[in-house]
Amino acid sequence: MRTARCEYLLRFGDNALILSQRLGERCGKGPALEEDMALTNTALDLLGQARLWLSLAAEAAGDGADEDTLAYLRDDREFHNVLLVEQPNGGYADTLVRQFLFDAWASLALRQLLGSRDAAIAAIAEKAVKEVSYHLRRTSDLVVRLGDGTERSHALMQAALEALWPYHHELFIGDAVDAEMVAAGIGFEPASLRDAWLSYVREVLAEASLTMPAAGGWAPKGGKQGLHSEHLSRLLAEMQVLPRSHPGARW
Amino acid sequence: MYAQMVDTGTPSSATIDAREARFQQRIDDGIRIEPQDWMPERYRKTLIRQISQHAHSEIVGQLPEGNWITRAPSLKRKAILLAKVQDEAGHGLYLYSAAETLGISRDQMVEDLHAGRAKYSSIFNYPTLTWADVGAIGWLVDGSAIMNQIPLCRCSYGPYARAMIRVCKEEAFHMRQGYDLMLALARGTAAQKAMAQDALNRWWWPSLMMFGPPDGDSVHSAQSQAWKIKLFTNDELRQKMVDQTVPQAEHLGLTIPDPDLKWNAERGHYDFGAIDWDEFYNVVKGNGPCNRERLETRRKAWDDGEWFRDALVAHAEKAAQRAAAKAA
Repeated sequence: MRTARCEYLLRFGDNALILSQRLGERCGKGPALEEDMALTNTALDLLGQARLWLSLAAEAAGDGADEDTLAYLRDDREFHNVLLVEQPNGGYADTLVRQFLFDAWASLALRQLLGSRDAAIAAIAEKAVKEVSYHLRRTSDLVVRLGDGTERSHALMQAALEALWPYHHELFIGDAVDAEMVAAGIGFEPASLRDAWLSYVREVLAEASLTMPAAGGWAPKGGKQGLHSEHLSRLLAEMQVLPRSHPGARW
Repeated sequence: MYAQMVDTGTPSSATIDAREARFQQRIDDGIRIEPQDWMPERYRKTLIRQISQHAHSEIVGQLPEGNWITRAPSLKRKAILLAKVQDEAGHGLYLYSAAETLGISRDQMVEDLHAGRAKYSSIFNYPTLTWADVGAIGWLVDGSAIMNQIPLCRCSYGPYARAMIRVCKEEAFHMRQGYDLMLALARGTAAQKAMAQDALNRWWWPSLMMFGPPDGDSVHSAQSQAWKIKLFTNDELRQKMVDQTVPQAEHLGLTIPDPDLKWNAERGHYDFGAIDWDEFYNVVKGNGPCNRERLETRRKAWDDGEWFRDALVAHAEKAAQRAAAKAA
């Protein structure tokens, strides 16, 4: 039986891990050399964060798990990332918009965790927030430049925004785990970040001359609790293939 | 320098000889040639060819290893591999920049690659079939690359030499990481050890081919050596690679796939079997297992990214116009 704290750690770890995995798919195929390097750098930062979160989660689980058994030997129903990060890369506009929406949230979420009563969590947040602040600066800048670039880039960015927008809702929906973490002074109330997120995103989209999708509409959720889209199982099948086919091997 | 030569017409052969003699003297004296210095057109062209080919190799070289990023079997190995592939992109960047100092644009070089006019190292046209191939590339391919590139840190062209210093430091790291990966497999399960041996079997000969044709058949060697943009011959470097690698393979408990390989005490080197040069020339000509796929992947990435690059240019122009309007 995993504690709420353990599941809380898995949520942060899985968000970082799955998004890093998606970005890794793109490595070496970017639209420009500098961009390729920058995106790979983001993938590396996220992977580093994932390792810290998962190692701490493994420690909390106390059942002999480690970062690798958590990454490689859990099934999709045991993953706790939000649906946004498992969405396929699509075109480069989709990859960037997904990253922007996530970075804007992660930057706020990690800032909240800086004040966590849990010293180990606050320490990870302190390292990660510096990286994520830079990611957000970069993606915000690109959203502006591509939104306000050519007609074509504007259309691609707007379409990506429409496609990914529904997935932002889940970032702000709390559950019993969140409530327990808030009560313990460890975590934050997800809904409390919504206004700041919306206001930041609105400002960037306005500068990018992109239209913020209308409020309401489809709001898929369930990733945090382990109920995912069809995409996650495939992603894991690829990611986990070697440890699954060579049980017990060390790499 | 281009413009100056056009302006003055074709110099007499005596002028060329005098200039070239001074140029060669500088090289012989160990003084670096810098972008603003006069240089013979053949030197410039040879260097553009050599440096851009090297840059393209770094960029295309991202693909075979990148193939395993999503399937790396531990998070630590995944981080190492991501960082490595990113380093290769960085090397491509320095090298394109070094080549640009010779008066060619990066876009032109990329276009030459995509049109099939420019080459890249033949090794990257082989497939990475298992995880052990990632280790074999680090150990053997980066090992060969270092062998070739360390002397280039002392080459006559300043920007290239300086780029090589940083590239070599990182490559040395990659080689150790590749070897460490192979070591983990060699000490692992029977299936892992078999994977490592299979990778060595497939990468050994292509790695030796990386140094290029035997000295007798190498058309550019003599001039490049005089210009100090090539400091050792292909065969010298190849021998060094074999001598260095054999004990490493023994330490891994793996067998080098060459029945003729044996220590020659008289020469103080390992003798090794004949290389299949037909295979090498065939791969260089475009008929390797992955030539088409590699080039197609690069072309697609470039074509798919066109809107992105165009948009950044368009935005910069808009921003400049807005700034100008504001100032007016």
